[in-house]
Amino acid sequence: MLMEKPSAGLWRKIKARYNLVGNSCKTCGKAYFPPRIVCRKCGRESKMENKKFSGNGEVYSFTKIRVPPDTFKDEAPYIVGVVKLDEGPMVEGHILENGTEIKIGTKVRSAFRRMYVDGEEGLIYYHYKFEPV
Amino acid sequence: MAGIVGYGVYIPIYRIRVEDIAKVWNEDAEAIKHGLGIREKTVPGRDEDAATIAVEASRRAVVHSGLSPDKIQAVYVGSESHPYAVKPTATIVKEAIGAGTAVMTSDLEFACKAGTAGMQMVMGLVDSRMIEYGLAAGSDTSQGRPGDALEYTASAGGAAFIIGKEKKEVIADILKTVSYTTDTPDFWRREGAGFPSHGGRFTGEPAYFKHIQNATKLLFETTGFKPTDFKYAVFHQPNGKFPTNVAKMLGFSEKQIEPGLLTPIIGNTYSGASMLGLAATLDVANAGDKILVTSFGSGAGSDSFAIQVTDRIDDKRKRSVKVQDLINAHKKYVDYSTYLKNRGSIRKR
Ligand SMILES: [Zn+2]
Repeated sequence: MLMEKPSAGLWRKIKARYNLVGNSCKTCGKAYFPPRIVCRKCGRESKMENKKFSGNGEVYSFTKIRVPPDTFKDEAPYIVGVVKLDEGPMVEGHILENGTEIKIGTKVRSAFRRMYVDGEEGLIYYHYKFEPV
Repeated sequence: MAGIVGYGVYIPIYRIRVEDIAKVWNEDAEAIKHGLGIREKTVPGRDEDAATIAVEASRRAVVHSGLSPDKIQAVYVGSESHPYAVKPTATIVKEAIGAGTAVMTSDLEFACKAGTAGMQMVMGLVDSRMIEYGLAAGSDTSQGRPGDALEYTASAGGAAFIIGKEKKEVIADILKTVSYTTDTPDFWRREGAGFPSHGGRFTGEPAYFKHIQNATKLLFETTGFKPTDFKYAVFHQPNGKFPTNVAKMLGFSEKQIEPGLLTPIIGNTYSGASMLGLAATLDVANAGDKILVTSFGSGAGSDSFAIQVTDRIDDKRKRSVKVQDLINAHKKYVDYSTYLKNRGSIRKR
């Protein structure tokens, strides 16, 4: 028997999660991730268009998680942080430890990883994570 | 004929040494290192699987090719460790490289040669002008049963090749490809089984050696080429010994196979193995060099390719991530218990 799982929620967010697709305002040029319906500056004058971010940026802040939520209980300790993308937006995400010491200002790129696996029979959730370059 | 317009590779940063596995099973590490011709192997991270590896390699292939990803009209992913039993890996890869929706897509499975089978399929589509460009990836997080000889070699990694025929884009022409296939039960895994089974010594002579030799000889017969026509050769590499031996049997020197022989330091990446070997060889090859590649997949079959590098290879080189650089950057050794923990998360049911 097929098990019904909440896959529509995943499907709607795939472009953003895989490829950091946000948007930017044609009127003033400001970029957003996650995407916004209207530009914060331009309001009714805003003209939003999809924008795929390069995934390159630098660590703005970070913290090591030792007591994780249930979803990530087998993954601790791990690092989450805020990355300032080269195009401007601040993005939250997991930061991989690949041997390069993570500090504020460390240059990162976006990598493609499993974020969460729903038990033995559910979906595998893929997501960007940041990795020092 | 179609040719390679870009390639990309991915290898996890984690490694385990032969010593650390041998210790657990009270085996003689030096004897194993000598017998298998392997020192260490890659281990996937807990958040890595055949799909993430194929994506990372394919994204690099797109960058290396210089093509816009919406030009790619076919995506085939070969693996024996697809993360889902039902739900293709290739759709994940297609989406993550930014290809469009008018894309021919499928997963392939043929033990260690599913990736080169994908290259042949894309070549057919390109040469028949059904598509302009297509991508074939080989990616695995292969596993050996704890205590089995395969545990020393089964590793993780992958490579992706973009194939097209636009002359100004092609960095290496594929002059000819042939296959040699029989129904040989040397290695298998039933649906739902966690680990593969194999026929022990049976995997050598009637499987690996017979198929690689026959495919390569068929390639020689149909092209008129001989071993000395090739600057380099790459053979499937389940361990460090088999490719060295088969090269000698076919009349190739150790120097010819040296750049593409990676198993001693990364293990057997299964579907990734001969493709990673080809990528590492292209990293050092120059215009005019001919490269022979013969893969092997249990079950059993071999695909053999005669490839010739064009002078466009240098134009694209600055955008490539070299296999050797990737192997040597950020290496992180793990002990056996971490290895088991990482592996637990990737076991395919
Ligand atoms: Zn605006």
